[in-house]
Amino acid sequence: MFYRIELREKKGSYDPVGATLCRDIKDLGIHSVKKVSFIHSFLIEGALSEKEITLIAQKLLVDDVTQEYSLTSFKYPLKDTYMIEVAYNRGVMDPVEQSFLKAAKDLNINNEIIVKTSRKYVLKGTLNSSQIQLITEKLLYNKLIQHIVKDQESLRLSFKSKKPAIDNFKPKAIDLINASDKELKQISIQMQLYLNIVEMRTIKDFFSSLNRNPTDCELETIAQTWSEHCNHKTLRGNIHYTENTFKDGRIVKKEIFIKNLLKQTIMKVTRLLKKSWCVSVFQDNSGIIRFDDKNNICFKVETHNHPSALEPFGGANTGIGGVIRDCLGTGLGAKPILNTDIFCFAYPDHPFKKVPAGLLHPKRVIKGVVSGVRDYGNKMGIPTVNGSVLFHDRFLGNPLVYCGTIGIMPKSKSFKRVNKSDLIVVVGGRTGRDGIHGATFSSSDLTHESEEVSSGAVQIGNPIEEKKVTDVILKARDKNLYTAITDCGAGGLSSAVGEMGSILGARVDLEKVPLKYDGLTYDEIWISESQERMVLSVQPRKINSLIKLFEEEDVEATVIGEFTGSKKLELFFHAHKVCDLDMDFLHDGVPRLEKKAEFSEPVPSKITFKQPKDLGAFLNKLLASYDICSKEWIIRQYDHEVQGSSVIKPLTGIVNDGPSDASVVRPVLNSKKAVAVSNGINFRYGMIDPFWMAASAIDEALRQIVCVGGSIERLAILDNFCWGNPDKPDKLGSLVRCAFGCYYAAGDFGVPFISGKDSLYNEFVSGKQTIDIPGTILISAMSVMDDATKAISMDFKNKGNLIYIVGNTFDELGASHYLDIINKDSTFVPKVNAKNAKKTMIKLHKAINKGLVKSCHDCSEGGMAVAVAEMCFAGAFGAKIDLTNVPFKAINQSELEDRDDVVLFSQSNSRFIIEVDPGNKAVLEETLKGVVFSPIGEVTGEKFLEIQGFSKKAIIKEDIFKLKESWQKTLRW
Amino acid sequence: MKNPKVLVMRTAGTNCDIETAFAFKLCSCRVDLMHINCIVKSKTPLKKYNILAIPGGFSYGDDIAAGKILSNELRYKLKDELKKFVSSGGLIIGICNGFQVLVKSGLLPGNKSFVQEVTLTVNDCNKFEDRWVYLKSNASLKKSKCIWTKGINEVIYLPVAHGEGKFVTKDKTVLNSLEKNNQIVFRYCDEQGLNGGYPVNPNGSVGDIAGVCDKTGRILGLMPHPERHIFNTQHPRWTRVKNSEPDGLKIFKNAANHFQKR
Repeated sequence: MFYRIELREKKGSYDPVGATLCRDIKDLGIHSVKKVSFIHSFLIEGALSEKEITLIAQKLLVDDVTQEYSLTSFKYPLKDTYMIEVAYNRGVMDPVEQSFLKAAKDLNINNEIIVKTSRKYVLKGTLNSSQIQLITEKLLYNKLIQHIVKDQESLRLSFKSKKPAIDNFKPKAIDLINASDKELKQISIQMQLYLNIVEMRTIKDFFSSLNRNPTDCELETIAQTWSEHCNHKTLRGNIHYTENTFKDGRIVKKEIFIKNLLKQTIMKVTRLLKKSWCVSVFQDNSGIIRFDDKNNICFKVETHNHPSALEPFGGANTGIGGVIRDCLGTGLGAKPILNTDIFCFAYPDHPFKKVPAGLLHPKRVIKGVVSGVRDYGNKMGIPTVNGSVLFHDRFLGNPLVYCGTIGIMPKSKSFKRVNKSDLIVVVGGRTGRDGIHGATFSSSDLTHESEEVSSGAVQIGNPIEEKKVTDVILKARDKNLYTAITDCGAGGLSSAVGEMGSILGARVDLEKVPLKYDGLTYDEIWISESQERMVLSVQPRKINSLIKLFEEEDVEATVIGEFTGSKKLELFFHAHKVCDLDMDFLHDGVPRLEKKAEFSEPVPSKITFKQPKDLGAFLNKLLASYDICSKEWIIRQYDHEVQGSSVIKPLTGIVNDGPSDASVVRPVLNSKKAVAVSNGINFRYGMIDPFWMAASAIDEALRQIVCVGGSIERLAILDNFCWGNPDKPDKLGSLVRCAFGCYYAAGDFGVPFISGKDSLYNEFVSGKQTIDIPGTILISAMSVMDDATKAISMDFKNKGNLIYIVGNTFDELGASHYLDIINKDSTFVPKVNAKNAKKTMIKLHKAINKGLVKSCHDCSEGGMAVAVAEMCFAGAFGAKIDLTNVPFKAINQSELEDRDDVVLFSQSNSRFIIEVDPGNKAVLEETLKGVVFSPIGEVTGEKFLEIQGFSKKAIIKEDIFKLKESWQKTLRW
Repeated sequence: MKNPKVLVMRTAGTNCDIETAFAFKLCSCRVDLMHINCIVKSKTPLKKYNILAIPGGFSYGDDIAAGKILSNELRYKLKDELKKFVSSGGLIIGICNGFQVLVKSGLLPGNKSFVQEVTLTVNDCNKFEDRWVYLKSNASLKKSKCIWTKGINEVIYLPVAHGEGKFVTKDKTVLNSLEKNNQIVFRYCDEQGLNGGYPVNPNGSVGDIAGVCDKTGRILGLMPHPERHIFNTQHPRWTRVKNSEPDGLKIFKNAANHFQKR
């Protein structure tokens, strides 16, 4: 039987979904919709009685204080009313199903049933068909995962599944050993292997030596293991690099042969620094450092750009889910204690008509991504405490979605070791066709003949499944029930088991893997990227205790094979051998890539415009710009206080709405020990010189840690490269140059990299148009603080306090927001003198640690003017500043000496604004001796920010609440 | 009497269990964290405890509606045990998701038949929000029976973090009886204790209601998180003003004292 139960708000109850949609429709420019009503439908297939359905409706579904239900479709007047029903495509997981089945059992309904949900929107008003189409496509559904329900029968058919035929089963062999180069290329394309011809030939030679052809499963496994995503073959390959830079007006040419970029730059820093507190770097799923006597902490940041471009909610959702599993899969499992998220989007006011076909409008991408992070992070109970959001039109094709997680684990649980004869156990979610190949797919292909087809790369996560898995894994960890753990991420079981068994070898019986629905082939089971799964290795004598523990918390744990000692990867499907590969070939057989890389520094260009008159107006414009403006709309949607660990929150100040620098959390509730976390990112600098982009990003991440009272001497960083197509020499060249910048700055600051990730090929091609992202590096930093109560915030605390600037200001306006607003260019990007900056940061930390600094904020986007303005309105105090006291040098253009706008808005690195009690003047100045600093003014009780320029006149006098309004109004959605 | 025993119940999606347990421990309680499957299976545990806490989180993903599935589970599997627990003098607190569970199971505002009379539904702003709110307590009214809020300041400061916290009653009669019986323990207000629109009332709750107790004063449910204000460093402005005892801690202390003093 097929049942439909519908819920809606009773007359007189507020319908928030309908009301929000009504507003969004007006945003689309359609004003004729008077009202929208939302109906939630539950579709149930199964042998149930009328009585049971009523019981479900009354006891489980309806909240009769505000809602009413119907066992058929609700009736509504037909005149000027349009109903649109949206349901998930076949094969897309509906997170409600699992909870629903559990709840039905609580009601003593134990029959086998299938449950899906759909959403109905009833629009009242006069609309034509193109308006309805616009509303439907822009606001209501994404055809990659959902479809518009035409009739009940087709909806019902989407419930059916097909049983697999295992009689007459034969593994499928691919004829490789007789294939020509042309055929090899075809095979790679047809099977979506993404292997190049050199790699295909290597595989052909390998199987020729075995005198047999590979099965489809073997080929898929090799492709997964050798993929850019899992192998990072570009950054580990051979690179012939040429560089042209300018020195004293002359071109300097350099040629360098690089054998392994990561090893020669990022990893080399860590090796040379030899920090005793680095526990495990670049080997596990995340990097581990010492926290206190008992615990270590680990940090990983991932990207999920391609999926987020297609389905923003699902992409961001599974992005955060994946990085959480990285922490859970580090050592013997770490408990996640905080999340970070950093996004790059196209401008939200991008004209609707100028969005190329196949792309979503940036505003929809932004809302979807934010909801995706909110949904997963909040439901997992992990505070999302730090982030950044940046904008540029080149992110129209590929938004960047970085998700990071820090975890904590007992020291003794920081390493894993698989033993011979350990059982392979898959735990958590079931396996479906999710994420296979990231295949192109659209719902129009759906016929009742087709099997459950997933939407390729696009998935929706189930955070509660992952929360259950996390809870029970940490319990099992503390009972020593397993010897190793890793997550099922890209490549699914193929990479998880392949990695864990890379030394010993592994055997898996694929039919034992629990499935979401019937009909999966053996290679689909093997490479599926279904979410919320982890793989454990378990000693046979502990398997019963482990399975019992998992059962107690309703989490599936299934033995699917064992680690053998054969040094082979052997896979079986119903006793047929479908894969038999040497682990050595699988992991070390990939041929080295040879690539060319070029970097040419742009020809220096100077500033020629004159200083504009109304600098106050520019300050307001800067504060209102998308990159600088308040991100409160996003931050408040994240639970940033769950776990009770919060010390410095992302929003701070007298009414809790100023922009904090780093965040500080105290993960062990009865200890003062804390973690500060921050990020540095500025892709605009990279458009001029990626070397200084990298150095600036490191400087920024470190500055923010110092601002809240953290030290750079117990600080570790992570790199995340997001780039365009590295097969293009200029793209790879800028990436190489960026890695050199990382090496220089991290080395001179003395901060080790502990983990990293790259996401390449971020280009969108549509006909003749290519939209490529600007090469972007994100630096994430975490620092261990001994005493959380020494932390400080960025808001001014009291009138009469002195304001200092620490660090030198230079004429470095290149790629600044000021030039962006005034629509001018300059190539003089901010540089970093890391040795000097290190000294500054260490001394400033000392001053903060002594309690000499009341507030501290770094100068970054928008320069010192924006920094002081933010400190003013966050604390609700005014300030008087004298620009002539700011230590300033015009190193690029001597004619810029004494220019107010240059001093105000230059984005030179390694600078801080600090607030000091006049009584501490002498001791502060003594503490900072040897560092560039200068008193520049004082905090006032008036509500104005008043800045006196080189003319000795006030060049800016702005009401701080007006400044705050400029800063807040842009993203007040 | 010895230090009271607290049972912190957890299930799939509970996520404020550890800090809630920690808050009770700070008040010298003996605390056990237990999965609902374990409680249901043995059935005896409730008897061994003085206090039951249902912490915040997203039980079963808040699929269908916030707290709905767990409330049904309590109603169908632990109804008699809960009745006995309450009638024998046990205290119950439901925070955020726990409050949603208490309300949807009919334990709050409370009648003998476990019938739901009020609800907590989607915020008027239609989104999840984390923000600090001021709460006006009715503790100074002599008639207030609530054990959890005895002697608490008239205006306290706690964070909310929810998407479904709008308090609505079935009808006017229910609202009137809540008022008459002094069951409205907390109302959203501004720093001075005055009422206001969004964001002073962050979710559109009827009568600015943030927390209610049952008629005996032993069962408390509230949307704000007292367990997130048990240290000074959790206060969003601790770097500006060194405040006195954190407001949330008093609530847990009251429960502990209730047994310690007997």
